[in-house]
Amino acid sequence: MQVVAPSAVNAVASTIAILVLLVEFGMLRAGLLRSQVRLYAVQSLIASLLAAFLGVVHQEFELFILAGLSIALKTVVVPLVVLRLVRQSGTAVTVSGSLKPAGAALIALCVAAFSFFAVGRSGLKVDGLSPTVLGSAVAIIAVAFVLMVVRSDVVSQAVGFFSLENGVSVASLVVAAGMPLILEVAFLFDLLVAVVVFGVLMRVHHDQHDTLSTARLTDLRG
Amino acid sequence: MRLLLLVTIGGLVGLACLVVPPRAARVITVGAGLASLGLSVALIPGAVGQPLRLGFLRADALSVVFVLAAGFVYACAAVYATGYISTSAPAGYQRRFLFGLNIFGWALICAPLVDGLALLWVAIEVTTVVSALMVAVDRTKPAAEAAWKYLLIASAGLGIGLFATIIIYHAGTSVYGLSYDLTLSQMITAGPPLDPHATRLAFVLAVLGYGTKVGLAPVHTWLPDAHTEAPTPISAMLSGALLAVSFYAVLRYVQITQPSVGGTFVHIILIIFGLLSLLIAAFSLITQQDLKRLLAYSSIEHMGILCLGVGFGAPVAVAGVLLHVLVHAAAKGNAFFCAGIVMHKYGSKDIATIRGGLDKLPWTAPLLVVSMLALCAFPPFGMFRSEFMIVAGGLSRGPVPVVIVTVVLITIAFVGLIRVATTTMFVPARPGTPAAALDRAEPSRSMIIPILAGTAVLIVLGLHPPALLMNLLTQAVHEFAGGVG
Repeated sequence: MQVVAPSAVNAVASTIAILVLLVEFGMLRAGLLRSQVRLYAVQSLIASLLAAFLGVVHQEFELFILAGLSIALKTVVVPLVVLRLVRQSGTAVTVSGSLKPAGAALIALCVAAFSFFAVGRSGLKVDGLSPTVLGSAVAIIAVAFVLMVVRSDVVSQAVGFFSLENGVSVASLVVAAGMPLILEVAFLFDLLVAVVVFGVLMRVHHDQHDTLSTARLTDLRG
Repeated sequence: MRLLLLVTIGGLVGLACLVVPPRAARVITVGAGLASLGLSVALIPGAVGQPLRLGFLRADALSVVFVLAAGFVYACAAVYATGYISTSAPAGYQRRFLFGLNIFGWALICAPLVDGLALLWVAIEVTTVVSALMVAVDRTKPAAEAAWKYLLIASAGLGIGLFATIIIYHAGTSVYGLSYDLTLSQMITAGPPLDPHATRLAFVLAVLGYGTKVGLAPVHTWLPDAHTEAPTPISAMLSGALLAVSFYAVLRYVQITQPSVGGTFVHIILIIFGLLSLLIAAFSLITQQDLKRLLAYSSIEHMGILCLGVGFGAPVAVAGVLLHVLVHAAAKGNAFFCAGIVMHKYGSKDIATIRGGLDKLPWTAPLLVVSMLALCAFPPFGMFRSEFMIVAGGLSRGPVPVVIVTVVLITIAFVGLIRVATTTMFVPARPGTPAAALDRAEPSRSMIIPILAGTAVLIVLGLHPPALLMNLLTQAVHEFAGGVG
């Protein structure tokens, strides 16, 4: 990995990115569906702070708007929608998984380490930022995949996908900070539509199977 | 103006379906489907020259090929749906169904027409969420399972596609500065100055991400389930148009990244994904016991062939690929429509219980055999021409061992498809079985009309494709290879 001179911007951006990654690990560890959704809200808040911080650094007003929209959507609307569904379902509220938390965390650690290594080797360079930031973003995406794979309930899988999107937004803030606001808003709007559809299908799943667990979804095998 | 009409009509009619009586909703759905097809055809003469532009919209020859495929399947599915949805079904269900069908068709047409990689991602994500809802529209247990798996796997794939979009944006900053619009024209003309590290990464991520929606192995696992459990008009749209539109996204990434990372890298990646898809699909086709699942695996086979055609790199193969997109839309749409009627008649998708089709379904049975033969690339159908072009391109420029393996695998797939077509349609039903007791009649006339139209298209494209269409394909290949437009 190349060495970048330490700077306040780099330090803050790296810290935020690592924090988002740590929360992702926390989600892997969380035992209750409710705490998992709350951790997602925290993660989204931290990721949005990165947008606000970069807005200050680059003096881009657009990034503040983006941060505001993303806080409204990802730390308020999405968690509320999912929590409501969990409350209404009234069935098991603990997460179920095919692996114990320690095993899952171990796999996630290996995957995260691989992500840092892969970003270092890819030759991608971002001016003024160390590869740690981009490495963390890729690690968040990879650990979100682990979360989706090892958990066997619709809520955890959906939250895994939403947190994957958080990883992508950290990456976009790092490597594509100048992306026009209209495109970023289009992405957010799209996430909103996806959340609604995830919600509808979670409900359909619950109505049909009387559970949030996906353990019984074994009739169709590709 | 035509562009604007094309990208609004399906959406508006979809919304209208929610409020008007079901009978009127059927009529306007058919109208919207046919109008979209007419407008798509009307784009051809304009797109043969310079790309048409309007705000966020852009239509060049490459995009019009995919709009044609989407428009044709949308129109056929709209007509078919009028016979498919029972008039005695609850009004709410009929409205929901037609709303979803129109919005799905609209999203499929918009995706190739938007000008920009970010908007393309948004449009393809919209097709995913709408179609996932439509897979679950019947609210059965298997449908809920298939819809959930589809939504989760496709969204995760598109998450990678979004990451690819961001990396390609980063690649473009070396040419256009920190802030720019990710429009197609800009990205296509950027050429070699794009950062090769970033473009290489973006290309691989795009093939993996959008490839999930194309149904490329090993990320195809959602496809057979969703195609099998969706209502038949939606299965046809998924297979004939959605896979193709997702493949369009992959093609755009090929077009943009190739000048910077070089053809060899791009071709190797596509050949690997193509061969793997063809391999898995060919052997799965032999063992299938479910009629719709058989057709779903055939879709994976054909998507593999598309990838291989682009991977061979020869212009004639690329022209074959674009023709293949059109004929696959017609042939697979037909096959699903026929399968839907067979399922309706026999009350089963199980290949073992469907017997004596020729005795029971005077129109559908021969048409099913014809569409299966078309899918196997028999002459005189269009797929013979397109696969011939792809193989010829492969022999002229691609790696010959890969071409040989491709032909062998296509032959294995042929065995799987033709086995089912002959046993279900030609072998008479044994006396005493429920199949033997069925009377000889077609369930609905409006379900036959789109199949006849599809068959006509297959024959015309095989025997003598219209000169205007061939000009369009030539122009698209020229744009694709030259990176102009």
